[in-house]
Amino acid sequence: MSILNVENVHTYYGNIHALKGISIKIDKGEIVTLIGGNGAGKTTTLRTISGLLKPREGSVSLDGQDLLKFKAHEIVYKGISMVPEGRGIFARLSVTENLEMGAYSRTSKQELQQNMERVFTLFPRLKERRTQVAGTLSGGEQQMLATGRALMANPTILLMDEPSMGLAPVLVELIFDTIQQINKTGTTILLVEQNALMALSIAHRGYVLQTGEIVISDTAENLKNNPTVQKAYLGME
Amino acid sequence: MRTSPGERLLDLAVSGVLWGFRILLVAAILIGTIATIRAGKYTSEQWIDFVVFGISQGSIYALIALGYTMVYGILRMINFAHGDIFMTGAFAAYFLATWMNGTGFIDSYPILGLLIPILFAMIVAGGIAMLVERIAYRPLRGAPRLVPLISAIGASFFLEYAFRGFFGPGVYAYPPIKALEGEWDILGIGILKVQVVVAVAAFIMMAILYSIVMFTKVGKAMRAVSESKDTAALMGIDVNRIIVSTFALGAAMAGAAGVLYSLIFRQVGFFMGFTPGIKAFTAAVLGGIGNIPGAMVGGLVLGIFESVGPSLFLEGLGITRPYQLKDAIAYTMLVMILLFRPSGILGERITTKKA
Repeated sequence: MSILNVENVHTYYGNIHALKGISIKIDKGEIVTLIGGNGAGKTTTLRTISGLLKPREGSVSLDGQDLLKFKAHEIVYKGISMVPEGRGIFARLSVTENLEMGAYSRTSKQELQQNMERVFTLFPRLKERRTQVAGTLSGGEQQMLATGRALMANPTILLMDEPSMGLAPVLVELIFDTIQQINKTGTTILLVEQNALMALSIAHRGYVLQTGEIVISDTAENLKNNPTVQKAYLGME
Repeated sequence: MRTSPGERLLDLAVSGVLWGFRILLVAAILIGTIATIRAGKYTSEQWIDFVVFGISQGSIYALIALGYTMVYGILRMINFAHGDIFMTGAFAAYFLATWMNGTGFIDSYPILGLLIPILFAMIVAGGIAMLVERIAYRPLRGAPRLVPLISAIGASFFLEYAFRGFFGPGVYAYPPIKALEGEWDILGIGILKVQVVVAVAAFIMMAILYSIVMFTKVGKAMRAVSESKDTAALMGIDVNRIIVSTFALGAAMAGAAGVLYSLIFRQVGFFMGFTPGIKAFTAAVLGGIGNIPGAMVGGLVLGIFESVGPSLFLEGLGITRPYQLKDAIAYTMLVMILLFRPSGILGERITTKKA
């Protein structure tokens, strides 16, 4: 039984037809990745699921519940959190305040403390810098903060938009290790990446997006060996 | 990029003129100041009086400026109806205080007689601001930035002339609080009680507002929304609710300022919000619009400049009725800041941040 069900979704930016009938199913506990070039519609897909964009057609449901009737901020309460493209940290808030904002949907103080401890165990670096203003963090630390912030809401599904963007290779590996760790604790993950090789190395399944349409859908293993994927996204001939 | 020699010459000429302007201004202030001090017309006690008046006046500007700056921070919009929100607060307090005065309550409990009208003014002003936001601004949220600005000017006129329609073009006298009449002797200098009370009350309000913005969940959410509405929504923050709260909070401060202003000037009328509104806007720009501590600093600086300036440097320049030019000082400051330091004293960028 899939937990997140995106069916035949058409999303527009004004008159631009950005998503042309996309269907994605994600099972509980999976890491699923969306790969594709610039402008393929990866970010648009995530923004549609998180409610920032509303599709003209199609349906998005979580655990059988229709998500389209909810606004973006209500969808967080349903259990979907997103690490936005370019991290989107609140630069003028402190690290702690950023994390508190991540837990905005949680009312219990105790839960907030627990979640913060969890994030600090996952990213000890953030604990060292907790009083620092987030805008002064390095790129890698900002990515940790954005990830930790999304975890503060205790999501059942975590949407991640290009977590490797602009990071040094060492940090990319660290972030991907953490993604696997997060997944092992039971969080389902939908990962959008330009870095297809990294994404496929940790994902269970993947979808390949091209100009707003899904062209291939397969297990990560098969995608890695798929000649079309190899040529277009893995830089192999 | 390559510019033609003509363009470069023009640039040079413009910056030359601006620099000349700056030097001239500083020189005028210096010459005026020296001349005044040489003439020795005012005693140091009088100077202190000017400064104290400047502080109490400035703290009122600061209180109003907070509303401009908070709304700008969150919506990148100048809420030109804010001065009139200040007026609605003063009217609300006026009616309540007059009634309370009739029962003799204010004379017997002067502190409550001051606080209850302030609280009432805050509630009324906050409520009206929420309505204005809902009716005149929210439907225009996605529109180009000029559109809500025009709507704000419309809302400003609407409030002014609605109040004129209901309560007439005249002014009403705010009931006196006897306990606040007279002077306190502080270190041998007589200082008007009203001015001290107004300044203290304003500082308390500012401290409360600052704590709300810095330490409460709503306050942190306000700061988050001011950085990015989309990301804030992804945190589960109801952006519209935070925007309304921002309007209400800023308006409550303006409402309280309306009462404090009425305590000093004792006059309540439909047009009373116009000048303090623009002054407070100047204060917000002076401090760096979008910046909360900046609004407080800007308000105080403007108040003191306005109060000390006429006697300090205008009189020394041989201007015979310097106090008539009090407002000119404020507006000159506004133009100067926009020309020379658009980011204001505490420097938030005003220009094209995130369109």
